[in-house]
Amino acid sequence: MGGAAVNSYSDAFAWLADPAHWAGATGIPHRLLEHLGYTGLTLLIAIAIGLPVGLYIGHTGRGREIVVPFTGALRALPTLGLVIILALGLGTGILAPLIALVILALPPIIAGAYAGLQSVDREVVDAARSVGFTGGGVLWQVEVPLALPLIVGGIRSACLQVIATWTVAAFLPLGGLGRFLYDALPNQDYAQLLAGSILVIVLALLADGLFALVQRLATPKGVAAGRTADIRTKTHSPTRKDPSWLAPEEA
Amino acid sequence: MSWLVSNWSQVSQYGLAHLWLSIPPIVLGFVLSVPLGWVANRFALTRGALLTIGGILYAIPSLPLFALLPSLIGTRILDPINVEIALTLYAVALMLRTTADGLAAVSGDVKLSATAVGFGAARRFFGVELPLAGPVLLAGLRVVSVSTVSLVTVGSVIGVNSLGYFFIDGYQRAFYTEVWVGIVGTVLIALVFDTLLVLLGRALMPWTRRGAGGRRRDALAQSRWAVLR
Repeated sequence: MGGAAVNSYSDAFAWLADPAHWAGATGIPHRLLEHLGYTGLTLLIAIAIGLPVGLYIGHTGRGREIVVPFTGALRALPTLGLVIILALGLGTGILAPLIALVILALPPIIAGAYAGLQSVDREVVDAARSVGFTGGGVLWQVEVPLALPLIVGGIRSACLQVIATWTVAAFLPLGGLGRFLYDALPNQDYAQLLAGSILVIVLALLADGLFALVQRLATPKGVAAGRTADIRTKTHSPTRKDPSWLAPEEA
Repeated sequence: MSWLVSNWSQVSQYGLAHLWLSIPPIVLGFVLSVPLGWVANRFALTRGALLTIGGILYAIPSLPLFALLPSLIGTRILDPINVEIALTLYAVALMLRTTADGLAAVSGDVKLSATAVGFGAARRFFGVELPLAGPVLLAGLRVVSVSTVSLVTVGSVIGVNSLGYFFIDGYQRAFYTEVWVGIVGTVLIALVFDTLLVLLGRALMPWTRRGAGGRRRDALAQSRWAVLR
């Protein structure tokens, strides 16, 4: 049992180290670029749609009753089923998975923007208005900077979901890292199955780490310093780390 | 419709399999997250460590995790236990954060009051802190339930069958009806679970029923989960 596990891992790393798997259109770099390209494209479209919607709801408070339950209901839709039903209608091109994945990436992006603006202290908004900020000024110079960590958090969730789902969607002849998994399954090529899985997991963790970093950088300096005052957990000395339950990253 | 009737035994068989694959991760996610959430809040060090581990676990895509687990724990690749374990890990990762936050949000004054009237640590935790954190836990559990029911279908890719089988089979046969049956069935199970959880919450926490603050808290909690994923 343990021995088999050790063997399969050394096989997987041998597979990864094989130069033959690093060249050509079916090699790791090419598959990785495909995966990154699809993920980036999906995210761009989802951000272009979801961010304005989320900011609008958060800023005006209008439309919340429609969008919040709707985004909740979207979560119940099984990803794989959505990709397949669209692929049956639209063919095996990029369009079907792209539409499905944009739909799936929208809820976290909208919710991040909406929750981000909701988390901004109303007194801060009122103060901004009282010193002369108008609607656009309040949004772009006060609300968005303060909400930025949560907005980025929404995009981070969407990104992870998109990376994961492009892996599943690789049953379509579009490439991406998931191809290694789908090619390995019928042949019971466990070395390749493991190696492909490791590649996807590393990619997801790197993306997650990168977004965690962006989230930290996106926190306005004044906020990071000011929040130490309202740490609710007891007596230990305040740190710069923010334990607020609103922050979606591991604090 | 006629396809559904003539294939009913298969549909109900995979529907039942879907239920049995979904229930253990949801229950275990809740049960395990309570002690872990307590530990996370108890010490500053464990909070950071546990929440970081949870965050990393939750970032791992499902299909690769299904494929990775057999060689990690020595199971066969077709064994449904791989899917159960992977989904339990996700459920715990998600619920852990919820539980830690819910417990941490219980007012310190309330805890002191409980101690003052003679509650011991255990009775205070189970009689005061856990019930007060209940609505937050319920909101988290609802998200875990919906995402677990949906993720179970991905198991069909590696041959652990559920209603997701109809996606794969329907795609290979280019047969819409079959795929739709899989989608509608999955959404139905998610809806039934969600309704049961809400009813269970009302029965166990009668004080949360239609409170003025309830809806706002729900909306806040919902949006937070969406950010988590």
